[in-house]
Amino acid sequence: MIVSEEFFRNALLAGTAIAAACGLVGYFVVLRGQLFAADALSHVAFTGAVAALAAGIDLRIGLFAAVVAVSMLLGALGDRERGRADDVVIGSVFAWVLGLGVLFLSLAASRPAGSGGTAGVSVLFGSILGLDRSQAVTAAVVAVGVGVAIVAMARPLLFASVDPAVAAARGVPVRLVGLAFLVVLGVSAAEATQAVGALLLLALLAAPGVAARRLTTHPYRGLALAAGLAVVGLWVGLALSAWIPVFPPSFTIVAALLLVAAVPSAIG
Amino acid sequence: MSVAVVDPRLGWNLVEDVRRLFDYAFMVNALRAGSLVAVTAALVGWFMVLRRQSFAGHTLAVVGFPGGAGAVLVGASAPVGSFVFCVLGAAVLAVAGSRRDRPATDGATIGLVQAAALACGFLFATLGGGNVNAAGSLLFGTFLGITGREVGLLLGVAIVAVVTLSALARPLLFASVDPDVAAARGIRVRALSFVFLLLLAVAAAAAAQITGALLVFALLVLPAATAQALTTRPARSLLVTVGVALAVTWLGLAIAYYSPWPVGFWITTVAFGAYVAARGAATSARRWA
Repeated sequence: MIVSEEFFRNALLAGTAIAAACGLVGYFVVLRGQLFAADALSHVAFTGAVAALAAGIDLRIGLFAAVVAVSMLLGALGDRERGRADDVVIGSVFAWVLGLGVLFLSLAASRPAGSGGTAGVSVLFGSILGLDRSQAVTAAVVAVGVGVAIVAMARPLLFASVDPAVAAARGVPVRLVGLAFLVVLGVSAAEATQAVGALLLLALLAAPGVAARRLTTHPYRGLALAAGLAVVGLWVGLALSAWIPVFPPSFTIVAALLLVAAVPSAIG
Repeated sequence: MSVAVVDPRLGWNLVEDVRRLFDYAFMVNALRAGSLVAVTAALVGWFMVLRRQSFAGHTLAVVGFPGGAGAVLVGASAPVGSFVFCVLGAAVLAVAGSRRDRPATDGATIGLVQAAALACGFLFATLGGGNVNAAGSLLFGTFLGITGREVGLLLGVAIVAVVTLSALARPLLFASVDPDVAAARGIRVRALSFVFLLLLAVAAAAAAQITGALLVFALLVLPAATAQALTTRPARSLLVTVGVALAVTWLGLAIAYYSPWPVGFWITTVAFGAYVAARGAATSARRWA
């Protein structure tokens, strides 16, 4: 049985925690219409990781430092009333961050250690089956932290997302809440990069949120549903990749998640 | 790496340095392709930025990746494959968005389309001999290997884009700035939206040839954002966009020729520098006015 293998149990542990956290965050990403910011932050995660590779330090330091810095930048550049960055600002920062990613990728590839190229690919497309025990535990702990942060800020965040003007009038610090959410989004993007890779994590953030929003209008039920659907998608994806080894796990996970999103859309 | 063999060195004679850019056929082709892509992406990108459709633009740029990877998998030409997928992507975005009154600005649909495209691209690249590193060149571009035939393809795309856009410019501008009034005046806003997405997809597929699918975005968004920070008058702003795009591309290619760092980095960095400078100039002009 593959489940008894050490690497598969690590993948299951890290993957479940990451999926649940991304489901929770993703629900708000869809609600607030911040998918473009999520998209940008996922590429920032790539650039950060490759920069760490080029500098020869732990990947995760680069990942988290880059996403937190850029999410704060996007929050600072966002418009005052709603605490959300403008499409053009995100696009411009995003384009340059991609250029930096290309630079660091070429620097990492020319390092004497020499594995920069393949490591770059694993940052782009993830390597959930390659996590060791300590990486899996760290990923799970960070994911639990993200989940707790989202649940803790759920009420003001919901208010600020649905009606920013009224929320501001009622004393909710809309801008601060928006900034805090962007940072949490960035951290979960960095987390998910380890599971499915920088390029595919948009599915982990978007698909469960979209499905949950289609299935229920009740916010807390939707939040729980999004987390549940993300975890189910991840399990199905892992099982599929164990069953059909030709398909890489990142692909089967994303395919399962997209199926999860497509079914309620087709019914509704 | 072919760059190491060429190994050009920058001298003090600037005219000589510029002349030496044209010493090699690959460089001439890169400059030709870059100029074509710059003009196409600049014009389309100007409307994209005006319509706040950068997310759709990025998604359509990425949609070329599974197309290219899939084409390589079945033994077809990568540019043609990425082109076909971009058109399909535009159609999906337009159909999915057409239920609402403002097509394709629905972030959720765009996000799902992008996720699906990237997942397929990854699968195709993995199945295509297991060499996922080839994915790197599809995503980030290899401008040194552009052939004369590819330049011809890009020229065709550029002509189509420019002709379509000049025919649609006035109604598209109207529909972008005020869709409700435009619709009331008899402009077919939804059809225009679809045609524009299609054009965006074509420009993205073309630009993907030079800067790679991910970096296309820089040529679409940054020159337009720069120009729109500097002036609000449409015609002037469009001209500035094209000028900035060409300058940025030429400068990026020239610097990359004399530098060990990749061209994608230089083009985006020069373009981002122009954008930041324009924003700064606009802010200080407002302060002193």
